[in-house]
Amino acid sequence: MKQVDLQKRNELTQLAKKGRISRRDFMGRAMAMGVTVAAASTMWSNSVPAAPKRGGKMRFGSNHGSTTDSLDPGTFENGGIIHQGYGMRNHLTEVDSDGSLVPELCEKWEASDDAVEWVFTLRKGVEFHNGKTMDAQDVVDSMNHHRGKDTKSAAKPLLAPVKELKADGKNKVVFTLSGGNADFPYTVSDYHLAIMPSTGDGKVDWRSGVGTGAYVKQTFEPGVRGTYKRNPNYFKSGRGHFDEIEFLTIGDVVARTNALSTGEIDAMNRCDLKTVHLLKRNKKLKVEEVTGTLHYTIPMHTDVAPFDNNDVRLALKYAVDRDVLLQVILKGHGVVGNDHPISTANRYHAGDLPQRTYDLDKAKFHLKKAGVTKLSVDLSAADAAFTGAVDAAVLYREQAAKAGIDINVVREPNDGYWSNVWLKKPWCMVYWGGRPTEDMMFTQSLAAGADWNESHFAHKKFNELLIAARAELDEAKRRTMYVDMQTIVNMEGGTVVPLFANYVFAMSDKVQHGPKMAGNWDMDGDKAIERWWFG
Amino acid sequence: MSQIGKMVAQRLALGLLTLFIVSLIIFGCVELLPGNFAQEMLGRGATPETVAAFNRELGLDLPPHERYVNWLFDMLQGDFGRSLANQREISELLGIRLQNTLFLAAVAAVIAIPLAVSLGILAALYRDSIFDRGVNAMTLTAISFPEFFVAYVLIIVLGVTLNLFPAISNISEELGFWEKVYRTALPALTMTLVILAYVMRMTRAAIINLLASPYIEMARLKGLRPGRIILKHALPNALAPIINVVVLNLAYLVVGVVLVEVVFVYPGLGQLLVDSVAKRDIPVVQACSLVFAATYVLLNLLADVLSIMSNPRLLHPR
Repeated sequence: MKQVDLQKRNELTQLAKKGRISRRDFMGRAMAMGVTVAAASTMWSNSVPAAPKRGGKMRFGSNHGSTTDSLDPGTFENGGIIHQGYGMRNHLTEVDSDGSLVPELCEKWEASDDAVEWVFTLRKGVEFHNGKTMDAQDVVDSMNHHRGKDTKSAAKPLLAPVKELKADGKNKVVFTLSGGNADFPYTVSDYHLAIMPSTGDGKVDWRSGVGTGAYVKQTFEPGVRGTYKRNPNYFKSGRGHFDEIEFLTIGDVVARTNALSTGEIDAMNRCDLKTVHLLKRNKKLKVEEVTGTLHYTIPMHTDVAPFDNNDVRLALKYAVDRDVLLQVILKGHGVVGNDHPISTANRYHAGDLPQRTYDLDKAKFHLKKAGVTKLSVDLSAADAAFTGAVDAAVLYREQAAKAGIDINVVREPNDGYWSNVWLKKPWCMVYWGGRPTEDMMFTQSLAAGADWNESHFAHKKFNELLIAARAELDEAKRRTMYVDMQTIVNMEGGTVVPLFANYVFAMSDKVQHGPKMAGNWDMDGDKAIERWWFG
Repeated sequence: MSQIGKMVAQRLALGLLTLFIVSLIIFGCVELLPGNFAQEMLGRGATPETVAAFNRELGLDLPPHERYVNWLFDMLQGDFGRSLANQREISELLGIRLQNTLFLAAVAAVIAIPLAVSLGILAALYRDSIFDRGVNAMTLTAISFPEFFVAYVLIIVLGVTLNLFPAISNISEELGFWEKVYRTALPALTMTLVILAYVMRMTRAAIINLLASPYIEMARLKGLRPGRIILKHALPNALAPIINVVVLNLAYLVVGVVLVEVVFVYPGLGQLLVDSVAKRDIPVVQACSLVFAATYVLLNLLADVLSIMSNPRLLHPR
């Protein structure tokens, strides 16, 4: 065989090994190279593990996890515990690997025409790890865990629009909302809203870790490790392939990388971006990255001078060189943002909206229009916002200085950043894990009066569109509305969105995953625990 | 002997006072840190209502002095309380972690102390030889690097390249003793390198100090071999300073390991303390600090008692 063909064949099998090509495409391209059908078929099955295999002990190393973690999903706040939570428990709905919403503990959902009343019909015969059959009361009590005066749950605002919640027989749950929300089924996929067994007095048992999930808790030592065994009665087929799970917290990235390269663990999250190109040279490892909804924002309080002038805001938006930030802060592992929080992983991303670039002339033009000759502003930053936030602020300072803008970088302490700086200082650095829907993202970060409206954004048309789009069930109309809203935020918003960061993680070459991986959270939507397998 | 007993009692009483002051200072410092427990726990998800609900349930809405007094009374009855974060009994939480930390300290001590003392004796014996200079240079080099750097070098050489030991110390209770020792090897070696220089040089200096004394001169004139002079004549008199430095380094092995724990993911007390401070989980912070402080107090006491027993003159300071 000629050298070129051989190389092409190798490339093709590599594609197949990484799950980046379908069988049909593979066969077509193999035969175009003159390979017979039978030979191509053998090549395919040799390079691709045909179906997920069961077995093995999977060991995850995660940067997240703290000794203060608890099994109460209302307090879940980091990827480590979220991932383990997804292993132990299920939710009414699930965001699938391709970003679409699928039923999980429910069979189907139905909405009234105004999207105010939602009926979830539950899957029958699903058992908790303790043998109890899941029914509507468990769902109601699990949801009420996050509602009411005395709840300590961080998910309280999510369920605030739920006016009434009741069980209708054993297999139906009815949510009545205070206003229409076409995305409500997405809301109940949130990692806080896990379904746990009811204790019979309106409360749920969260301490035991008993759920309906693919993995049964064996030991759980917060911030150190959790060990799990496969749930033999798991209701999903084609999920939960590992026999055993060991989930380790390894906070130090060097330790995590060493553990993976010496085979102490099988997969790790958050690779060190500075050295990941070296890690890729290790033949026994695979490095994967997914662009998701994780993004960095620099919100200005739009009701505080000088940020109350849109021209000042635009000048600042034009004065940042996103490409340089992408290369320096993320080493290229991400995409530039367009001053709105909607990711390409979302359904209604406004792809046609022109990308804002580093343009000193425009920055100067808007400054002049605002009637400001010398703009001097404080920018608060700490690495608690995201790794490299302080460096990003200093770069921004240098870039903006060329447009005659003086940014004074105020270095804030990491401790208490979220309580004392974010939402308090008029301009600061922030990260957002992002949300699966446009509505959730906008409602929480940009709607007038929202708790986390970090830019104090109050735009009449935007808020009208938000409410209209929420209750709109027509896909095309919704898309137009969401694109309009992204345009408004891009042109008039108070938030600079410079970057969307990729999730970069690595695994041993024995570990296999589906052709697509979810971008709503790290590690395949933090569901690698039930989605991946050993090839 | 009764004099030693009296001293021990006195020192223990002073130790209790020290612990009380330590707890007061720690409590005050954590109170001074920005953000409270509920805010740190909920992170970005904190809303005023949920923070208030947290504070109500955990009694964090009481004024600080009341909370401190409550904690102190529980403590005096031997109740460490529960972690604010996950409601686990602190005594149980602390027990496992403390065991792990003591285990690591013990493994490190078993390697480091005999090695350091014998190197020190040999260095004194062959003073100014190439061996003496070599040992000095090597131990000083090891101690001059930050602990985490020494740890990384050991991981790269012994863990990744030679694959002799695991790169992380993933230990749990169900493991057998030797398996635990094997997995603890790299952090223990790191700690060894960190304390080797102190103990080795102190031993060497203490012995050399004595070599100029008249009675050593006498021994030498009698024609004794240098080895015998050092082991039988010099060492017993040099024990007091050696014991001091050994015991103080033991204390360091227990309380100074936070960085090493982080690098090797070793589930000891240091990691627990760091996490708890970050979340303002005051009862856990208090308990950890008291354990650390008590370790220091007790080991200091032990050092004094042992020195006095080796040299009763110390009981009567001039």
